[in-house]
Amino acid sequence: MPDLTDRLRPALRWESGLAAVVILILIIGSAASPQFLTGNNLFNLGLTNGEIAIMTLPMTLIVISGEIDLSVASILGMSSALLGYLWSKGWPMPAIFVFVGVVGLAAGAVNGLLVTRLRLPSLAVTIGTLALYRGIATIVLGPNTVSSFPAGYTNLGINAVPFTGNDMTWSTLIFLVGALIFGVVLHATPLGRSVYAMGASAEAAQFAGIRVKRIKTGLFMLSGLVCALAGVLWTFRLDTAVQNNGLGLELSVVAIVLLAGVSIFGGKGSVIGVVLAVLAFAGIQNALLLTNFNQEATGIVTGALLLASVFLPTVFLPQAVRLVRRLGRLRLLAGPATAGQPRQP
Amino acid sequence: MSTATVAGSGQRADRGGGAGLAERVFRIRESGIVAVLIVFVAVTTAVRPRFLDAANIQFVLVDTATFALLALGQTMVVISRNVDLSVGSVVGLSAYLSATLFADHPGIPIPVVFLAGLGIGLACGIANGVMVAAGRVPSLVVTLATLYIIRGIDILIVGGNEVDASSLPNAFIDIPKDTVAGIPVIAIAVAVVVALGAYYLRSYRSGRDLYAIGSNPPAARLAGVPVGRRVFTAFAVSGAVAGVAGVLWASQYPTINSTAGNGYELQVVSAVVVGGVAIFGGSGTAAGAALGALLLTTINSALYVLGISSFWDQAIWGFLLLVAIALDQAITERLTSALRKINTGKINTGERGTRHA
Repeated sequence: MPDLTDRLRPALRWESGLAAVVILILIIGSAASPQFLTGNNLFNLGLTNGEIAIMTLPMTLIVISGEIDLSVASILGMSSALLGYLWSKGWPMPAIFVFVGVVGLAAGAVNGLLVTRLRLPSLAVTIGTLALYRGIATIVLGPNTVSSFPAGYTNLGINAVPFTGNDMTWSTLIFLVGALIFGVVLHATPLGRSVYAMGASAEAAQFAGIRVKRIKTGLFMLSGLVCALAGVLWTFRLDTAVQNNGLGLELSVVAIVLLAGVSIFGGKGSVIGVVLAVLAFAGIQNALLLTNFNQEATGIVTGALLLASVFLPTVFLPQAVRLVRRLGRLRLLAGPATAGQPRQP
Repeated sequence: MSTATVAGSGQRADRGGGAGLAERVFRIRESGIVAVLIVFVAVTTAVRPRFLDAANIQFVLVDTATFALLALGQTMVVISRNVDLSVGSVVGLSAYLSATLFADHPGIPIPVVFLAGLGIGLACGIANGVMVAAGRVPSLVVTLATLYIIRGIDILIVGGNEVDASSLPNAFIDIPKDTVAGIPVIAIAVAVVVALGAYYLRSYRSGRDLYAIGSNPPAARLAGVPVGRRVFTAFAVSGAVAGVAGVLWASQYPTINSTAGNGYELQVVSAVVVGGVAIFGGSGTAAGAALGALLLTTINSALYVLGISSFWDQAIWGFLLLVAIALDQAITERLTSALRKINTGKINTGERGTRHA
């Protein structure tokens, strides 16, 4: 009688735990401050976390495929610096968008080709490009700050999406639409399944006819493009292009993805988990802000959640599953007495 | 019977040949760093002779010392196929706490402060080590978490405060300036520590175990290597070393606030990788990592002396790091195929040897 275990297994998934954490944060947050669940506060939440949230989506796919991309925040910075530099040189904005997008794709392609063609570990490669791309941002902009972008564009960064009652930022909308697309691709297409397959075993995936190198390079390029977009959003939100925009964000992005239950070894994870992890991450920061906790020290909570994300599944969850199995076995032992008919023909 | 002897002698022979070749290649790897270093120094000196001034050399050596110390701890961790991302946060916490010790207890002996820093770092390292070794969870995740947690604790303790160098005793601030025969004392001390670390990794059983673990963790476990204990020790050492580096940091910088050592972890990992330590463990030397730290610091200084804007530093670092790992990969692949050839060759000679006997 394995159905009890089967029935309980979905409830023991990491995502349901995360959902519980998110609900808990909502309850504690709204108890601590009446402002927590107001539209205005949700708007600010989306505003301050939008770019990080957007960057978690391609990172999720890369980590599931068994790699990692630590250069994301540097690509954001590079795209922001280029945007500022080209604008100050009088380029038209649409041309700048195209250029920045191409640079993002190229940056991702460099990562991807170094990882797949030269067979270098992505951890080391992207630490290298983390420095390289941030370095390019620094060379492009130097100590300068570019601001005074046209209001039509900066409004995109700080205004609400029409028809949402002033509650949703453009970056939140992009994240939600992106999550939907990434979710469908990852969970419901052959391409998505092959990402899981190469994360579980790149060699087996190769033998199964999956174009591992091509797909991984594509994922890195996608990440580059999305991070370039995040750089544009970041620049417009703050109306500032400086060389250190988004410095150090890569670790936040990785932390959210791991918190989401995506395995650092690849092959496991879900987009719904990432959406929940983004909510938990943003919610905790916001709840702590409203409760006058030192805002910069919220890393303690992020870190603790991160530890929970590795210890709960590897240490505690197996015990819970074992407990459930034992319960199931008890039912099985009790079984023949009630359902013993097959024994007596 | 005879097949057993053949296999045995063959194995013994190929192990000797392989180790010799591997050692030679890694020596080449280190001399490669030295060569790049010499080129940089030569070119810079040719353009700007003041690059080789005693003052500038001392400056570079002092800067390298803290960096090389951290690289030593990181080397032990990386060789065992782990990574310690929390070192930057440990440096920050130890730097602030040790500096406040001077402010709170005037006249406290300097060695006691160093011991305190070591203790703080050791505590952090033990926490990392216990979680990685006993919990058997990936060190990247654990130390990413402790990076945040330790920095958060630092921020809670420091708040908006900062310790100014003027509130520190002169003997402490003078540590980076002390020299023996023109060489900074810190550099000598760190060189001794790195030499001890290199000797330990090269010649002690527990040091060799780290390489075994890094090459193939399940095989090391099956071969009876106490994997958990060794990995724990590596993290404890890395933490302790970062604690001491934090005290050195406090003696070098004019103000210490809650951002001390921020983002330092990736620089340390870079130095280790440039120094020829494989990011997935199993190979590399402490001397190489220290050379990597020296090279990165020298490049920074060379760019400064050449009048190239410091804005170029990071891009050049990144480029160099990519070249270093690509080079390592090429060398490793050559080495593997060379070893395979030696294997077949040695087994043949071994066979012939036993037949004659």
